[in-house]
Amino acid sequence: MFLQTVVTGLSIGGIYALMAVGYSLVFSVLSFSNFAHGAVIMLGAYIGLGLVTKLHFGLGLVVSGAMAGAGLIAIVNEKLAYSLLRKRKAPSLYIMISAMGCAVFLENMVYATIGSRFYAFPAFFKQSVLCLFNGTCNIALLDLFAFGISILAILGLHLFLIHTRTGIAIRAGVSDMTMCSLMGVNLDRLISIVFFLAGIFGGAAGVFLGIKYLVYPTMGWVTNKAYIAAVIGGLGSLPGALLGGLILGVLETFVSTYVSSVMRDVFSFGLLIALLVWRPNGLFGRDTGEKV
Amino acid sequence: MNYVLSIVTLAGINMIAVLGLSIFTGFTGLFSFGHAALVGIGAYASAILTYYYFVPFPIALVAGMAASALVSLVIGIPTLRARLRSDYFAIAILGFGEALRVILENLEITNGARGLPGIEPFTTLPIVAGCLAVSVWVASNFLRSRYGAACIAVREDPVAAEMAGINLFRTRLLSLVVSAAFCGLSGGLLAHFLSFIQPVMFTLVQSTALLAAVIAGGMGSITGPLIASFIFIAMPEALRVAQMWRLVAYGLVLVLIMLFRPQGLMGYQELTTFFRRSRNDRPAA
Repeated sequence: MFLQTVVTGLSIGGIYALMAVGYSLVFSVLSFSNFAHGAVIMLGAYIGLGLVTKLHFGLGLVVSGAMAGAGLIAIVNEKLAYSLLRKRKAPSLYIMISAMGCAVFLENMVYATIGSRFYAFPAFFKQSVLCLFNGTCNIALLDLFAFGISILAILGLHLFLIHTRTGIAIRAGVSDMTMCSLMGVNLDRLISIVFFLAGIFGGAAGVFLGIKYLVYPTMGWVTNKAYIAAVIGGLGSLPGALLGGLILGVLETFVSTYVSSVMRDVFSFGLLIALLVWRPNGLFGRDTGEKV
Repeated sequence: MNYVLSIVTLAGINMIAVLGLSIFTGFTGLFSFGHAALVGIGAYASAILTYYYFVPFPIALVAGMAASALVSLVIGIPTLRARLRSDYFAIAILGFGEALRVILENLEITNGARGLPGIEPFTTLPIVAGCLAVSVWVASNFLRSRYGAACIAVREDPVAAEMAGINLFRTRLLSLVVSAAFCGLSGGLLAHFLSFIQPVMFTLVQSTALLAAVIAGGMGSITGPLIASFIFIAMPEALRVAQMWRLVAYGLVLVLIMLFRPQGLMGYQELTTFFRRSRNDRPAA
C-alpha cells in the first residue's frame, strides 16, 4: 500500500514536473507567471486527440505533433498578447493579467467551438501493468512511459541550456536582459525560443494528461497544480520544477489515500499558501524581489 | 418589463461586488483572483441565517458582510504580512478561493455541491438600489479619508509610502477587509435574489469577471468599474449571447485592454470630474 502510493504519486508528479518546467522557463526570463500555459497544455491535448482520431497516428507521432503544435501556439500567444507589453516595459502584473485573459479566452473558445464533451484517447497501452515485489505494487506501463519521458525531457532541456549557444543565451537573458541584448542576442527570437520550449513541454504533458484522464476544455485547471509545483521548487529553477512536481505528486497521493480525496485540493492550495508565506522563493528559487 | 427589472437588479448586485474589488485592486493596487469566493461566503452566511434560523433579512445581510470580512482576514493576515510579490499574492488568494469552494461543497449545512434551494426572495430592486447608493457613498468617503489616501499612496509607490510612515500591512489588510465586506453584501443580496445558490457560482470564472470589470472600467476610479460592470451584465443579456461567448469576450477584453488602454475606460478619473471640468471651461459671463 505504502509503496503503491509512492509509485502512483511519482507517476503523477512526473507529469506535474513536465508542466511546471513551462512555468519556470517563462518565469525565469520574463519574471511573470504565465497563466496561459494551462490553456496551451489543453490545446496540446486537443491537437494530440485530433491527430489520433482523425489521422490515426501512432503514439510517437501524436506526442511529437502535439509538442510542435503547442510550441507554435505558445509562440503566437507571446507575439500577440505579451510582446507589445514587454516592449513598453509594462509592469509584470499587466502581462500576468493579459495571460489570465488569454487563458479565459482560449479555454472558452474551445468550449464554444469544440464543445464541453469529454473525449478519451484510444488505449495505447491496453491496460498493461507491471508487477513488482511479488505483486504488492503495480505500475501501469503508461505511467512508466510518461515518467521516463518526463525525466528524459527535463534532463535534455538541462543539457540544452548548459551546452548549446542558444542555451547560454537564454541563461544570459535570465540574469540580465538588457546586457544580453547588448551582447548581440536577438531578444525577440530568444523569447520566442523560450516560449516554444515551454510549449513543447506543455504539449507532451497535455497528451499524457489526456491519456491518463480525459480531454476537456477546463483540463488546464490541473495545471494550477503544476504552478504550485513550480512555486514549491522555486519559480525559475529547473531542478526545482522537477523536485517540486515529484514532491507535490507524492504528497497529494498520500493525502487522497490516507486522508480523503476530497481534501486533496484544499491540501495542495494550503501547502502553496504555507510555502509562499514561509519561503516565498521556493526550495531552489533565486531572490527575485519585484523591482521598484 | 419584469425581465428588464431583474437584469437591472442583477447588475446592481454585481456592481456592489465590483465596487468592493475596485477598492482593493483599483485603489490599493493588489490583484485578486479570489473575490468571488468572498461573495460566496456572504451569500452562504446570510442565506443559512434566513433559511435555517429565520433571522430577519437586514441582520442576515450584515452578518454576511461580517462573515466575508472575517474570512478575508484568514487569508489576508499571513499573506499580506509576508509581503508576497503581487502575482504570488494573486495566486495565493486564487488557491484560497478554490479551497473555500471545495469546503462549501463538502459541508452539511451548505447542502454540498447541490446547493441551497428555496431561499426567501427578499431582494428587490429598491433594496439593491439603496444598498448600492449607500455602498458608493461609503466607498467614496472611505477613499477620501486618511485610510483611503494611505491606500492610494501604497498603490502608487509602496516604498515611498512606507517611508512616509504608512504601515503597508495594515493599510492593505484594511482595504482587503473593506472590499470583502462589500462582496459579502453583494453575496447576501444575490442569494436572496436568485433564491438558489451553489458553490460553482463562486469560482475563478466569476472572480475573473469581477476583475475584468475593474480593469476595463479603470484603475483608481469608482464610476468606471461600475459602468463597465453594468455593460458586462447588460450587454450579453441585451444581445442574447450564450454564456460561453460572454466568457470568450471577457478574456479578449482583458488582453486588449492591457495591450492598448491599460488605464481602462475611466482610468484615475470619475464621471463627476467631466461635469466639473465642463462647468469650469465655460467662459465667465
